[in-house]
Amino acid sequence: MKFTEEHEWLEIEGDLVVVGITAHAAEQLGDVVFVELPEPGTTVSKDDEVVVIESVKAASDILAPIDGEIVEVNEAIVEDPGKVNEDPEGEAWFFKLKVEDLSVLDDFMSEAAYKKFIG
Amino acid sequence: MDELKRTPLHDLHLSLGAKMVPFAGYEMPVQYKLGVMKEHLHCRAAAGFFDVSHMGQVILRGDDPEGVALALETLVPVAVAGLGEGRQRYGLFTNEDGGIEDDLMIANRGDHLFLVVNAACKEADVARLRAGLEPAGVTVDYIEDRALFALQGPAAEQVLAALNPAVAGMRFMDVATVELAGAECWVSRSGYTGEDGYEISVPEESAVALAEALLAHEAVEPIGLGARDSLRLEAGLCLYGHDLDPTTTPVAGGLLWAIQKARRADGARAGGFPGAEKILAEIATGAPSVRVGLKPEGRAPMREGVELFETETGGDAVGRITSGGFGPTVGGPVAMGYVPAQAAPPGSRLYGEVRGKRLPVDVIALPFVKQSYKR
Repeated sequence: MKFTEEHEWLEIEGDLVVVGITAHAAEQLGDVVFVELPEPGTTVSKDDEVVVIESVKAASDILAPIDGEIVEVNEAIVEDPGKVNEDPEGEAWFFKLKVEDLSVLDDFMSEAAYKKFIG
Repeated sequence: MDELKRTPLHDLHLSLGAKMVPFAGYEMPVQYKLGVMKEHLHCRAAAGFFDVSHMGQVILRGDDPEGVALALETLVPVAVAGLGEGRQRYGLFTNEDGGIEDDLMIANRGDHLFLVVNAACKEADVARLRAGLEPAGVTVDYIEDRALFALQGPAAEQVLAALNPAVAGMRFMDVATVELAGAECWVSRSGYTGEDGYEISVPEESAVALAEALLAHEAVEPIGLGARDSLRLEAGLCLYGHDLDPTTTPVAGGLLWAIQKARRADGARAGGFPGAEKILAEIATGAPSVRVGLKPEGRAPMREGVELFETETGGDAVGRITSGGFGPTVGGPVAMGYVPAQAAPPGSRLYGEVRGKRLPVDVIALPFVKQSYKR
């Protein structure tokens, strides 16, 4: 698993990259009450706003961490946004991206580096 | 920026795992370990303890209690004379344009009136009271050595009665002096969550001991400002500075019930408060735009500032959300806002613009959650 400075995690699954938010991010957001996901088939560029997530406190955008095509989204977190707080780094993944070259993930932080990043 | 003030419970909040935020010049707990959602649900299910010591406490005294009440009536459109001893009522400070400068609670405690005003407005309110009442011989005593708590929820009576059984006999909006944890407390059976409960003014030296005694009860959890906001929103209660401000009138704000007959046209003490001409005229004609409850149809919260439209495309904004978010008890988004009078009847369909999209939202009768006061 790799981590971004925007508190997303990325994991390779076959030729896809699964993206979610970290447990740290979920805790900072507070209770998540609304998630809006992109349409599968959407082509995104790095830093595009692809997901809207609202907690009891505020709305936040989740940015695409890399270029790619959204091929699958997790409707379960739309139905039950609370899953994002319960299992952010597991069951509550956000979307799966098809990317040209999986080696772009090498640029992101390891778990140890991320832990240091969030202090 | 000025240093943030702290309430007498500051260290206790930290020890309870509170996340502290700046609010109205104070460092206040926005949530504790449970988090906003669970705190909210706990308060509706059992009892919640709130530190509201940032709010302003003021005592008004004079030679003649009736004279003090009549003097205060020159600043508020509320019947203060005629408020029985040991009773409390909701009030408003108005301005010359009929707008609302603050909302407050007014209690008749026999030889004096006890007021509780909003934290953000308290300096201005005390100045307003001094300017308006001291020439009439009223003493305005701004109390800075007492904390203020709220204990709210269906178990509140049982919890507080364990410290002093006398509180069980109080009804909604009763006030009394009650000894709690060895301290002389000024208790009212009221609050701002829609639940039964109490507000308790306690000398600051006894504040920690009383808070600990209340929190020791298994039914009680500490509740932060986050859940306080969603609780009052579900109860349809206004937050000053958001749902009410100096440009909103009592009629527009849906607070006509707070202006008793005695202060209205043809009443025994009609008018005689700031903005009376405008407000009394508006009581007769209605306001062009009024506060209503709003229920977004979808799951997306509509927060303060979301503009409201009559149609799904085109046209100008006709209204605006002034409070909105997720209602944990409702289990979905809830909001309040101002809409044109013709769109105010429950069932009216409007559209709120969220992230560039107009989403359906319906006017509904407030409150979202039935109030359970002990009448």
